[in-house]
Amino acid sequence: MTAGSFFTSFDLSAFINALILGISIASIWLIAALGLTIIYGAAGVINMAHGEFIMLGAYSSYMLQSSFGLPFALCVPASFLIVAAVGLIIERGLIRYLYKRPLDTLLATFGVSLVLMQGVRLLFGSDPKYIAVPPAFSSNIQFAFINISVFRVVVLLVTIAATVALWALFYRTRFGVQVRAVMQDKEMAASFGVNADRVYMLTFALGAGLAGLAGSLFGVLNIVLPTMGAAYVVQAFLVVVVGGGTLAGSVAAGGATGELQSIFAYFTNDTFARFVLFVLIVVFLRIRPQGLFAPSAKRR
Amino acid sequence: MRTNRRDFMKVALGAAAGIAAPYGFVKNINQAWGAQSWLQKGKPIKVGLLFSLTGGLAVPEEDSTLVMQYAIDEINKAGGIAGMQVEPVIVDAKSDFNVYSEKTKELILRDRVISIFGCYTSASRKAILPTVMSQNHLLYYPTCYEGAECTQNTICTGPLANQHSKDLIPFMVQQFGKKVFFVGSNYVWPKESNKNAKVWLQQAGGELLGEEYIPLGSSEFGPVLNKIREAKPNFIFSTVVGASDIAFHKQFKQEGFKVDSMPIASLTTGEIETKAMGNEFGAGHFLSAPYFQALDNPTNHKFVESFLKSKYGKNGSTHYNMEETYTSAYVFKAGLEKAIAKVGLEAVTPRAIRDVSGGIKVEDAVSPEGLIWIDDQNFNTWLKPKIGQCQADGSFKIVKAAAEHVAPDPYSIYPDAGKCMADGLKAPDGKIRKNVI
Repeated sequence: MTAGSFFTSFDLSAFINALILGISIASIWLIAALGLTIIYGAAGVINMAHGEFIMLGAYSSYMLQSSFGLPFALCVPASFLIVAAVGLIIERGLIRYLYKRPLDTLLATFGVSLVLMQGVRLLFGSDPKYIAVPPAFSSNIQFAFINISVFRVVVLLVTIAATVALWALFYRTRFGVQVRAVMQDKEMAASFGVNADRVYMLTFALGAGLAGLAGSLFGVLNIVLPTMGAAYVVQAFLVVVVGGGTLAGSVAAGGATGELQSIFAYFTNDTFARFVLFVLIVVFLRIRPQGLFAPSAKRR
Repeated sequence: MRTNRRDFMKVALGAAAGIAAPYGFVKNINQAWGAQSWLQKGKPIKVGLLFSLTGGLAVPEEDSTLVMQYAIDEINKAGGIAGMQVEPVIVDAKSDFNVYSEKTKELILRDRVISIFGCYTSASRKAILPTVMSQNHLLYYPTCYEGAECTQNTICTGPLANQHSKDLIPFMVQQFGKKVFFVGSNYVWPKESNKNAKVWLQQAGGELLGEEYIPLGSSEFGPVLNKIREAKPNFIFSTVVGASDIAFHKQFKQEGFKVDSMPIASLTTGEIETKAMGNEFGAGHFLSAPYFQALDNPTNHKFVESFLKSKYGKNGSTHYNMEETYTSAYVFKAGLEKAIAKVGLEAVTPRAIRDVSGGIKVEDAVSPEGLIWIDDQNFNTWLKPKIGQCQADGSFKIVKAAAEHVAPDPYSIYPDAGKCMADGLKAPDGKIRKNVI
């Protein structure tokens, strides 16, 4: 690769478009990671089935739309509820027995991911499905030289709303205080009368529901397949690990990785951009293994 | 226990006698090790179907398995091959290249299938070819690929890179303009296809504005579409495959690109992809393929109708990859009949089938895409590529069909490597190398 092709001629309007696109990519990375942040940050469970929760969200939207004719705008919150219910069942049936054995949760959730994938394949078949959206969503907004698709704006808005809602839940409600208390020290919180078991159950369901919400949006950008989750779970883990497992960390990490990917892709190409990004992440974790904003409390 | 010399001699003699004994009774040493002939009168003809039924490759490959079962049923109902029934041995390769090569060994050594129909990606083909070649077996590879391979153990019924885009590029340049942008998935087939496309583009007087590759499975096309917006091509030439292809078409429309002024000319976006993305995202774009579900001929009408009605037609459409798989079953049938006639039933080997397959024709009455035949040197297929434009209902309208069959040439862009002949790759200096992959 010569230097000439490496840095294509710099063009301000195109660069600004790349920056705007970066915000959109960041919102996709972040919303994919939100659920994982909650589950990992609060319950300490490394949830390998996160990608499959995303996939379930997409299939929920597909099913509600094709079988019950629900409009897309309602499919999104409904997917949240359906996948949260699935998460609740999995937590009650399996994960709650494994909180003291973090390595076993890794294996167990991996097993859950295989079961979910195959279950969906048996129910819906392995051919791809698609989610229809209102025509307004499949167009773009043009403002002077700035171009952005409507649906990317929708994803961005949903991401902002979900993040703000989570922040409010964690820092402005009684439940949030309990969650943070359990995160810091489970035994101490329990001795003050916090029902830690219930907190874990609800945070796991909440995390699963957020993955479902993300999935219902990704089903529009992408393809609905039993294997679609695998593409997002790596991104989600990167954001959570770089961010340090806190909400603020994930927001910062998602923003930085999305923006960097777009900028590198603007100057070089998409494949090389990912390569550079992953190298930077490895270097960053070498210097700061605890991530951007790690909780100062003791970890289990 | 101490072993004295006498005991040792006894044991050694006994063992030697034991090993030697069968040789006295069995005339043919190979038979002693179970290498009976591949076909026996009264027993079914076993063929292996090596496709992924689970995992990321299941979308196209499940259809391949279904259509092969359909073709085998059809052959069996019509009396089988040389009076014998064909029995498929179906395995799931699980989209894992290790499983592909493991199952290939099983199919050949344990199930003793006479031929294998399998693989969709070049990566899986390259994973199993060493086994197929070392066993001197036969692989029917029923889809498009990049070429640059010359083995003595494969027959391919899909278009090569040199056949695929030959008409598409000049057609697009003529209809929409000279300026083109190449987008592909980042692996061997798109890159080799683009090398071929550049040759056709140069001949058509076109201009290449940019070339971008996306990681396999990626669904983020924002950066690429931004670059295309800046470059302002007249059309896009796409070799994006799989789930990425669907994301690409969706985001193309979502980002405000107009199909009328800048259509995508693809080598892969067929009926099944259009169905997966939703018709409104596929409408207006172009595809080059030897087969479309909408082809208007009696054989195809019959094929589409009876396939979709059968228990194998559950996915609801036929597309080029399935049709190429379907015709490969008939190439196999004709080849096996020819081999039996030539060497006799007991002496047929996989390699014997391959050696008589050159020039085999699948006639209009059988092949839904129309007459095709196998090249007698490189064992790829002579076919007529067609160009279809996707309509609002997801079907394709044929806008151009090649007047003549296009010859397959696996080394079209590597003339220095030589020419693929029946017995190996013949270098310009006259040396012949066997089994080049």
